[in-house]
Amino acid sequence: MAEFFTVTVLISVFASGVRFATPYLLAALGETLGQRSGVLNLGVEGVMLLGGFMAYWTVLETGSRLLGVLVGLAVGLVMGAVYAVVTLVFKAEQGISGIGIYLFGLGMSELLFEKLVGTSRKIPSFRDVRIPVLGDIKWIGDIFFNHSPIVYFAVLLVPALAYLLNRTTFGLNVRAVGENPEAADSLGVSVNRVRGITILLGNGLAGLGGAALAIQVGQFQNNITNGIGFIAVALVYFGAWRPVGVLAGSLLYGLVAATVARWKVMEIVTGSAASFTTMAPALLTVLALAVIARRSANAPAALTVPFSRGG
Amino acid sequence: MPKHLPRLSGVLVPLFAVVVALLIGAILILILGANPLTGYWELLKGAFGDGDAIADVAVRATPLLLVGAGITIAFRAKVINIGGEGQIIAGALVSVVTSMAVPNLPSILLIPLVLLAGLVGGGFWGFIPGALKAYLGVNEILSTIMLNIVAIQIMNYLLRAPLIDPDQPEAGRIPQTARLARNADLPILVPGTRLHLGVVVAIVAAILTWVFLFRTTQGFKMRAVGANDAAANYAGMPVKRMTMLALTYSGALCGLAGSILAFGSVSHRMYADGSSVGFTGASGFNGIVAALFGGLHPIWTIPASFLFGALLVGANAMQRSIQISPALVGALNGLIVVFVVSSSTLRARVARWMER
Repeated sequence: MAEFFTVTVLISVFASGVRFATPYLLAALGETLGQRSGVLNLGVEGVMLLGGFMAYWTVLETGSRLLGVLVGLAVGLVMGAVYAVVTLVFKAEQGISGIGIYLFGLGMSELLFEKLVGTSRKIPSFRDVRIPVLGDIKWIGDIFFNHSPIVYFAVLLVPALAYLLNRTTFGLNVRAVGENPEAADSLGVSVNRVRGITILLGNGLAGLGGAALAIQVGQFQNNITNGIGFIAVALVYFGAWRPVGVLAGSLLYGLVAATVARWKVMEIVTGSAASFTTMAPALLTVLALAVIARRSANAPAALTVPFSRGG
Repeated sequence: MPKHLPRLSGVLVPLFAVVVALLIGAILILILGANPLTGYWELLKGAFGDGDAIADVAVRATPLLLVGAGITIAFRAKVINIGGEGQIIAGALVSVVTSMAVPNLPSILLIPLVLLAGLVGGGFWGFIPGALKAYLGVNEILSTIMLNIVAIQIMNYLLRAPLIDPDQPEAGRIPQTARLARNADLPILVPGTRLHLGVVVAIVAAILTWVFLFRTTQGFKMRAVGANDAAANYAGMPVKRMTMLALTYSGALCGLAGSILAFGSVSHRMYADGSSVGFTGASGFNGIVAALFGGLHPIWTIPASFLFGALLVGANAMQRSIQISPALVGALNGLIVVFVVSSSTLRARVARWMER
């Protein structure tokens, strides 16, 4: 254990923590946008799996990571369009229809992986870009300013989303629709259009998160997310529906994942005991949910409630 | 139009959902360069080709039916239980450990004991999220999913270390138990097939679930809480207790499925493949599909489970002939869930349109 607590190791663990946080962050920011407009999307995990596989396959076939990321985004947008129809037109129960999307993404990614790839082959992972000046700061530079572009994109999305939600007309509409859709509707805001946009963007970010995960790992395997998408939904609760809160939670999970991974490499945790470190994020989530449950009063008032005029 | 139309569509809409899902599946198979007609024909033969196949379908339907009945209790009380996988595993682990403690008990005692242990194990794994939801307000969808992951890892740990079959060569040991107590083997009902007692247990459990929900006071209270918790509270019903119990009972039925999976298996061992699917066959999720398809009615869930059991058994035959992974059926099940939960407003629309 002592060899873990050295400056070199800790800095590299913190840096991987930031990298591992990215898929959580992208998916959770998308979910935040959706939930603020009153839509719960439990399909995140499925969108991440299918988006992740398609991104992996694209990189495998073309060698272009940028194209892979864009394909992941596109898969998310398409699945978002389906979810928008299911939620807004058919007004399906959101908790259960999301599970349907999850099962679809899980099955499809496995089916396509086995048919199109078979045995997993490595793809090139993202290239790190050291930011000038900031990247040269001792320790801090290595932890925060030497990452791939998608990590920077995810982090910059935090202030961007906060600005969008709190300082723009569209953000005002999103919040109004999530808190009191009837009032928003009476003021001429199209509830379904606002929710449609948040569902599309939210799922797009989930697809992007899946792509980030698969390309960061450098290969695909069945059920590669192993709960990341569901934890991303929980992170929105932990973050009290605010982008900055979501960022803090994502970094925590990234750090836990990085620590666990490093312990395995350094053989601090070996054999069957690895089961306990693998379950740590899930157990942490249950405990954290129990602790913050009382804060759920902050939830958007119309979360999961379908809107129909005059009904 | 006649008033019975919505009832008729209540049966037709889920069937329509399956047909549409299979059509989408056929297009997928075509895109992947295989022949969907051959594939579906093999699927059909694989599921109903002979007595063995039909017995396999019944065995495959058993956990789906138990999970489906459990899901019905939860959903009727407006509690969404996505934790079937974890509850199956918890039930199986507790029953396996129980059988190891008293392996020499006569079958007549040991079989009921291990089934009871399954109920207790799964019930406990449902009780945790139930109590968290009832008394702390923890979202049960998230907590049950997380507890699935926790249960899988507990299984991985137990089957790799304390419960591992010691009679294996040191290198490359498989995470599985030794041959479970012979006295706990579920009796085969039709010699020469896999059809075992668990099938009957599941059907009886589904009927008892119906009796519970529709013929007992507690079942009535649970449905009242599910229909309108504010009104139920006003009427003096213990809303929190009912929420907690609904998830506990739901988990208990899933746990029973886990016990039957362990003691009705061909190898008579419990083994782990790292995920849960190797042991559960994703019954914790596919049971939800069966329950929704059965209209959250325990009796209708019986034929629904057999239908989905047939799809899952047939999918393996399909893979052998056209090399399309059985994961296809998993994906189609997801679509069926989406279609069925989308259909209640669709049904209302059709009814309104017919009235014009």
